[in-house]
Amino acid sequence: MTIARVRAWLLAEAPASRAQARLSRTYLGFAALARNPLTVVGLVIVTALVLVAALAPWLATHSPYDQDLDRRLRPPDDAHRFGTDQLGRDILSRVVYGARVTLAIVVLVAVIVGPIGLAVGTVAGYFGGWVDAVLMRVTDTFMAFPRLILALAFVAVLGPGIVNAILAIAITAWPPYARIARAETLTERGSDFIAAIRLQGASPLRVLCGHIVPLCVSSLIVRITLDMAGVILVAAGLGFLGLGARPPQPEWGAMVSEGRQFLLDQWWIATIPGAAIFLVSLGFNLLGDGLRDVLDPKAR
Amino acid sequence: MSARAGGTMIEVDRLSVTFGRGRVALEAVREVSFRVEAGAAFGLVGESGAGKTSVLRALAGLVTDWRGHMAIAGTALGRRRDRGFYKLVQMVFQDPYGSLHPRHTVDRILAEPVAIHELDDAEGRIRRALDTVGLGPAFRFRYPHQLSGGERQRVAIARALILEPRVLLLDEPTSSLDVSVQAEILNLLMRLRVERGLTYLLVTHNLAVVAHMCDRLAVMNAGRVVEELTVDDLRARRPRRPYTRQLLQASLGYDREAAAQLETFD
Amino acid sequence: MTQRPLLTVDDLWVRFPGRNGPVEAVRGIGFEVGREKVGIVGESGSGKTLTGRAILRLVPRPGQVTARRLEFDGIDLLGISERGIRRIRGRRISMVMQDPKFSLNPVMPVGKQIAEAYRAHFPASEREARERALDMLAAVRIRDPRRVYDLHPHEVSGGMGQRVMIAMMLIPEPDLLIADEPTSALDVTVQLKVLAILDDLVTQRGMGLILISHDLPLVASFCDRLLIMYGGRILETCRAAELHAARHPYTRGLLESLPRIDRPVRELATLERDPAWRDAPPG
Repeated sequence: MTIARVRAWLLAEAPASRAQARLSRTYLGFAALARNPLTVVGLVIVTALVLVAALAPWLATHSPYDQDLDRRLRPPDDAHRFGTDQLGRDILSRVVYGARVTLAIVVLVAVIVGPIGLAVGTVAGYFGGWVDAVLMRVTDTFMAFPRLILALAFVAVLGPGIVNAILAIAITAWPPYARIARAETLTERGSDFIAAIRLQGASPLRVLCGHIVPLCVSSLIVRITLDMAGVILVAAGLGFLGLGARPPQPEWGAMVSEGRQFLLDQWWIATIPGAAIFLVSLGFNLLGDGLRDVLDPKAR
Repeated sequence: MSARAGGTMIEVDRLSVTFGRGRVALEAVREVSFRVEAGAAFGLVGESGAGKTSVLRALAGLVTDWRGHMAIAGTALGRRRDRGFYKLVQMVFQDPYGSLHPRHTVDRILAEPVAIHELDDAEGRIRRALDTVGLGPAFRFRYPHQLSGGERQRVAIARALILEPRVLLLDEPTSSLDVSVQAEILNLLMRLRVERGLTYLLVTHNLAVVAHMCDRLAVMNAGRVVEELTVDDLRARRPRRPYTRQLLQASLGYDREAAAQLETFD
Repeated sequence: MTQRPLLTVDDLWVRFPGRNGPVEAVRGIGFEVGREKVGIVGESGSGKTLTGRAILRLVPRPGQVTARRLEFDGIDLLGISERGIRRIRGRRISMVMQDPKFSLNPVMPVGKQIAEAYRAHFPASEREARERALDMLAAVRIRDPRRVYDLHPHEVSGGMGQRVMIAMMLIPEPDLLIADEPTSALDVTVQLKVLAILDDLVTQRGMGLILISHDLPLVASFCDRLLIMYGGRILETCRAAELHAARHPYTRGLLESLPRIDRPVRELATLERDPAWRDAPPG
């Protein structure tokens, strides 16, 4: 099966099966994404993050936890590509393993806030009335929590740790997505195709899950992707404050914090993980922008 | 729901529909009454804001704030509709670009009503439905944005017919289509009505379309029925009320003298 | 037409870049408009709207307009500068579009918009412009001009909004008016009233009018001459009174596929599209 034939099959005017139609749409979506070079850059960065996290044991040259006080504060050289920190740990390996932590934070937050925001927003928008009022007041309540204070409160109650940091971020991050989903639902609720499916006897659950949610998912994906950059920074900030990862876990924000006191003479300890944070945030931003261009103005 | 053969299929008696409350309440429909016999095609004609679409939506159960009496096949309609109703009455909407879900293939659009009502032989039904409206299997897995306006409207008609209803509510089914496509869709609708013995309630502002499709019509203005007449009377230029006469005159094309005589009603 | 035509169009093309080569929306058409009412009729995708916009150089980017001749009253419309075409727009050639909701400024009272349109082309004080605007509102048969002057676009009905649009476009006293589906969004009785106003104003001022529409019977009953467009080309031109004798199969097909109140048929004739029509000589 040559590339040309596969491509022709994907672009077929008259798909012959459900699978073909869906694959065709996915392919066209990717092709549209690939047209924008900046988006491709973002996609490459995000993919690199995933790969680095997955292949960490093979990419790291040392264990991220091995201390060697004889070799502390060494500048980048052949043995330690990014140098060593104040406890003699290899920074390259810590950054590589730190990618896992960052990826875990990103994925877990997205997986929590996405479905919650979607569920709350679509239900509120579709049913209206007191359901809408109650759900929106709940949303407002959660939106009022200041993120860092909440994280402090969690730490005070549950102790420091990545999971608690994730929870704190997720709990304060879902309200905007509920609002987006609600706004989209309100727009689509009066459409003829919703009236049509209701007229065929569809239950509200079917209408919500099969018809309304697919329309809201695009803007939600775009928004979440764009917000990932912010989530990474917040997690890094929490780590910086000592509220996220506990030592000796290699979390990028914590690494920046630890490297603060050595910034002038051993700049690599703080700067390298800082550059990683910057790069990944940038990657998510570029990808999110590109996704918006592709997903939103679909011919409706 | 049983259906009396040859009896009254649609009964609307002193129907009133209000939108909004209090000071901003709008009486879209005011005490409208008419009957449609089984197998007949009845037109509801009027200009925008006349209330004709609201009548249709009230019958369909899409509007709940109404007073009066409505019945399909002899059974009175309440605030809510049940499954049996949806197997008896279906609707075709005006805008083919808005009445199909943009993310669903034609196959999904047709399969869903079959799934909701747990009917057998989904595959066969879908294929027959597409065939009935003149779309080949090549259209089955396309998305709406890959179809032309006429093709979308055919899909909408196929969707309406797949549950094998007895009544079709048609809301300006060809107003958004090009002239040449309109003819095809109107022909299709006429053929289907004869083949399946359907009852049509057609809402439109276009008198020529009503004259072609229907036997009788009611003219609406500002929420009320101004006049009920047969299409024969319309063609013979025998409307009784001045509003109808004016509408008829305006539909025949631009005429400077006629334009000068146009009054505003209500 | 004994005088020189107001507008001469020769070999007009409008092209848009596309994924598989340029998309040619208007393909080498030519026609003339004098002080008369000319109707351009076509279905969606025929290129009629872009033709109207091309005349005023309002084709959105990245569209490109080329022509052997696009001349208005001796002025080369494609050759003059951006400043030059701005002086023509509104003052000598005006355009009325379909939906006043989208072409009127929603936050400004309608009377003020008309007055502004006047002051954009003539030096005048605010009071003078207001007086002129009120006169114009009366000319489009709005019964209470002073009250309507202060209303916002969302407060007026469709027919009134369209009349405001016409007032705004005619106050600078242009020689040529291009109306793109001016009555399609209106009820049929309101359509007639608005067309009657257009009819009178155009006749009184000796203007030329290009009416672009998909509604063949309406245009045939209103205009003097018709141009039938399809696939970016003009397939037929004829005098409105002679439409029933039209020869091109597309025109005949359109005529026969329309349901008519006075002519009952069992089945409407459907149009068989002949691909050869796209390759017809530009006309």
